Amino acid sequence: MNENRHSVIIIVIIIVGVILLSKLFMIQVVDDSFLRRAERNAVQRIVDYPYRGLISDRNEELLVYNNPVFDLMVIPQEFNIEDTAKFCDIFQIEKEKLIERYTAAKKYSWVKPSPLIKQISTTDFAKIQDYLIDYAGLFVMTRSVRAYPDSIAGSALGYIAEIIPRQLERDTINYYIQGDYIGHSGLESYYEKTLRGKKGAKYKMVNVRGVDKGSFKNGALDTASVEGMNLQTTIDLQLQKYGEKLMKGKRGSVVAIEPKTGEILSMVSAPVYDPNLLAGAAYSKNYNVLLSDTTKPLFIRPIQAKYPPGSIFKVVQSLIGLQWGVLTPKTTYACNKALVACHNHPSPVNLFGAIRNSCNPYYYQAFRQMINQEVSSNTYKDTQIGLDKWHEAVEKFGLGNKLGVDLPYENSGSVPSSSLYDRIYGKARWKYSTIYSLSIGQGEMEVTPIQMANLAAIFANKGYYYTPHLIKAINGDPDNIPEEYTTKHDVGVAAHHFDMVQDAMAEALYGTAMRAIIKDIAIAGKTGTAQNPQGEDHSVFIAFAPKEDPKIAIAVYVENAGWGGRAAASTASLMIEKYLRGHIERPALEEYVLVGDFAD
Amino acid sequence: MRQDDLYINKIDWLSILLYGALVMIGWFNIYAAVYDEQAAKSIFDFSINSGKQLVWIGTAVLLITVIMVADYRLFDNLSLILYGVFLVILLLTPFIGKEINGQRAWFEIGPFRLQPGEFAKFATALALAKFIEKPSFDLSQPKFQFQALLVIMIPVSLIMLQPDTGTAMVYFSFFIMLYREGMPQKYYITALVFIAISLLSLAVDNNLYIALPVAGLTLALILMGKKNWQRIVTLGLIGIAIIAYSYSLDLVVSKLPQHQQNRIMVLFNPDIDPLGVGWNVTQSKIAIGSGGFLGKGYLEGTQTKFDFVPEQHTDFIFCTLGEEFGWIGSLVVVVLFVALLVRLVFLAERQKTRFSRVYGYCVISILLFHFMINISMTIGLFPVVGIPLPFFSYGGSSLWSFTILLFIFIKLDSHRIQLLGRMN
Repeated sequence: MNENRHSVIIIVIIIVGVILLSKLFMIQVVDDSFLRRAERNAVQRIVDYPYRGLISDRNEELLVYNNPVFDLMVIPQEFNIEDTAKFCDIFQIEKEKLIERYTAAKKYSWVKPSPLIKQISTTDFAKIQDYLIDYAGLFVMTRSVRAYPDSIAGSALGYIAEIIPRQLERDTINYYIQGDYIGHSGLESYYEKTLRGKKGAKYKMVNVRGVDKGSFKNGALDTASVEGMNLQTTIDLQLQKYGEKLMKGKRGSVVAIEPKTGEILSMVSAPVYDPNLLAGAAYSKNYNVLLSDTTKPLFIRPIQAKYPPGSIFKVVQSLIGLQWGVLTPKTTYACNKALVACHNHPSPVNLFGAIRNSCNPYYYQAFRQMINQEVSSNTYKDTQIGLDKWHEAVEKFGLGNKLGVDLPYENSGSVPSSSLYDRIYGKARWKYSTIYSLSIGQGEMEVTPIQMANLAAIFANKGYYYTPHLIKAINGDPDNIPEEYTTKHDVGVAAHHFDMVQDAMAEALYGTAMRAIIKDIAIAGKTGTAQNPQGEDHSVFIAFAPKEDPKIAIAVYVENAGWGGRAAASTASLMIEKYLRGHIERPALEEYVLVGDFAD
Repeated sequence: MRQDDLYINKIDWLSILLYGALVMIGWFNIYAAVYDEQAAKSIFDFSINSGKQLVWIGTAVLLITVIMVADYRLFDNLSLILYGVFLVILLLTPFIGKEINGQRAWFEIGPFRLQPGEFAKFATALALAKFIEKPSFDLSQPKFQFQALLVIMIPVSLIMLQPDTGTAMVYFSFFIMLYREGMPQKYYITALVFIAISLLSLAVDNNLYIALPVAGLTLALILMGKKNWQRIVTLGLIGIAIIAYSYSLDLVVSKLPQHQQNRIMVLFNPDIDPLGVGWNVTQSKIAIGSGGFLGKGYLEGTQTKFDFVPEQHTDFIFCTLGEEFGWIGSLVVVVLFVALLVRLVFLAERQKTRFSRVYGYCVISILLFHFMINISMTIGLFPVVGIPLPFFSYGGSSLWSFTILLFIFIKLDSHRIQLLGRMN
């Protein structure tokens, strides 16, 4: 009666087989997530960090290189020292520190390496190298930190440091991982992708405890790292060094540009800091010291500081007036001190005299002509139309917007337009008498030192400029630099209008900036004195030289150093001499600037 | 003497071939499981498990020879004595056994470790065959059902003292043999319903999902059939019992030791605690699942090699196969087991005596149970129970006991004509 039951049993056996094979098919063939999980389990990716690109000056003198440092790593399982005191003596580590680090390493992993002593210098490493063999469980991992042979141009070069969460969020292609080094400022940040190279990866197999079990697929998936590209900057090492020397003990900026190319020859942000402070082991300590320094050494003054342009802006006013036909070289106004204050000079003056003598009433009157051209019978409306037209013309001089220099955190400065005054005073509630201080570069005008240097380059070039930049070549190839730095910008003023302006600027030195005059080198310049309600005025000077074939355009801002003819003009003149001659023939002037007591 | 009268031709060589294939594949897998690329040793190296397994295989061949040349009547005559001897050994094991993983299930004799619970299986199988042998033994009667159950339950209760739940569970596989021998079907249907309700109750969060359909089904059955009071009450009580059981199961589970609770819960959600309790199942599934269709190649597996899978050369040996030979490898092994089992059913059915048939079905029951539960637990179909995969898993006790179990049946089968003669 039970004979047919064996068929049931056979069916059960086959069903069991089919169920097992179906489930196996599901996890082995249909669901491929197990393969990825297996690889995550057993395959460890080890990043092969590339060498970061080097940075050199325009003459290929090294500004930034990589200094090897050594991390002494420990594998707790293998580590065993008999004489702790001797160990501490050899490896220059305090006993407490050793115990602390070793405990932390053990806590992290018994079999995986952890750093025991970080960032040992090459010299210190040479001392301990021979002893390493005596200690099991120790090995050395080589890394590199940035080093700066001349300790200059910190603010332009920037620094690298561990990536911060905000930067990690911006990294949409997931190139970086926590703990990676990345440019935080300056060229290091702007050219991060060029400098960083490409990480490689080695795939290693590890067992369940993380112990290395050899290469994965015999290294078939491993990729080599690609070295970062080298940057050649436009900086002139000698000039930069000299500029930093001159600005020692002062606050301000020096920006020197090669007018024909827009290449930044020197960019000094005073007070300067030694970029070596922000490389290597003491980074966070030094960073906090610099950050809390009241003289703000980390503030990149040439591109971030904003000042009223002062008298220097009168040159721009003259050029716009000439281009518009509102002014001609023969246009004459009386030096009417009832309108704005002025210093003593013959009156009335023509345009040449106005530039030469920096005549405030002249520009008060000229600017009114430029703004109120009676396009509208309504004075308010007419002022608004005039101001916006003027605003557009001024912006063409690279003012009021970021220039686009190849550094992060550049400031735009500001050139007011009608909308600003509408916001302040209300629409059609303001007229020329409200805004007249713009005529002499005061009021709501603000420019950065680099914009001022760029103005000097525009005057030198008679009407055009290249965006100031710090990059000269990438990996030795000058054609590799971003296109925006080889694009000519025209300021919209005919070249012939510049002739008279250049002559007046050359003449002006004899009036306001005698110290700037260099024997045998024709300089054209303009002083400015930016009024500073908080204290002593800022000393401002822009210049270019030689006048007939300009090779350098420069802007110098020295904060709280009085009027432009002293500190700024002297510094600019010395910089020009240094650049054009290679040496200084006026030791007295150099001494005057270095002492820095610009009392006259 | 005619050619086909030779004893050698009466042996079922197909079963032996399937056995040999499984043992050899198993041996290669044990080597793969312990293989270390950086310190590769020969498969014959006695310092690693593959070398030791070769010793077990060699001695198993000796055991086979002894069984095949021994007098076939021996097993019949010794069955109850063997059963008695093993009951005594099992009784002593918890007291003199070596403690491993909280269990005293092992005897240590010099360098060898033997697990009496494994060997007691064939003794119990022989004893069952002896008991059921008589034609008057009618499993439809409660008296005989009780006797059979008693033969099974004595060793089970002794093994539970060790305690070795996995091995004890295997003895319940004899119900497959009892089914063939006439145990009423209603028990099996009840058991299947019971298991189904248990699984469903554990799988769903809200027992209403079980209670409502069961109530609905009960109502439908009442309305459809004859409407006499007796039937309505019976069906109603069954329905209520099922629902009550479903609700009480959670309570029962919560009374289990924590590690058993966890093993059950992990079955339904292996991601509950992937690094804790779920670790074994998760890693085992990763190893097998990552094998893909064709596998990673022999000795190329990473999960088993680098110790992600625990107990990979014993209870989790199937992981090595799944990882290195993929679905195709799994298919070959599953098919080999199914083929062996089906072949054994065929052999059992051709027996002339009830003794050898019952014994044959006991062999089938045990092998099927081990095969089904072991592979199921490695792929997450069944909670982790520590039982080996027959012929595959590393270890002398396991290989010897399965070999003895199987070859006594092959021996009996080869004498099926003589056995009949003797009986008559």
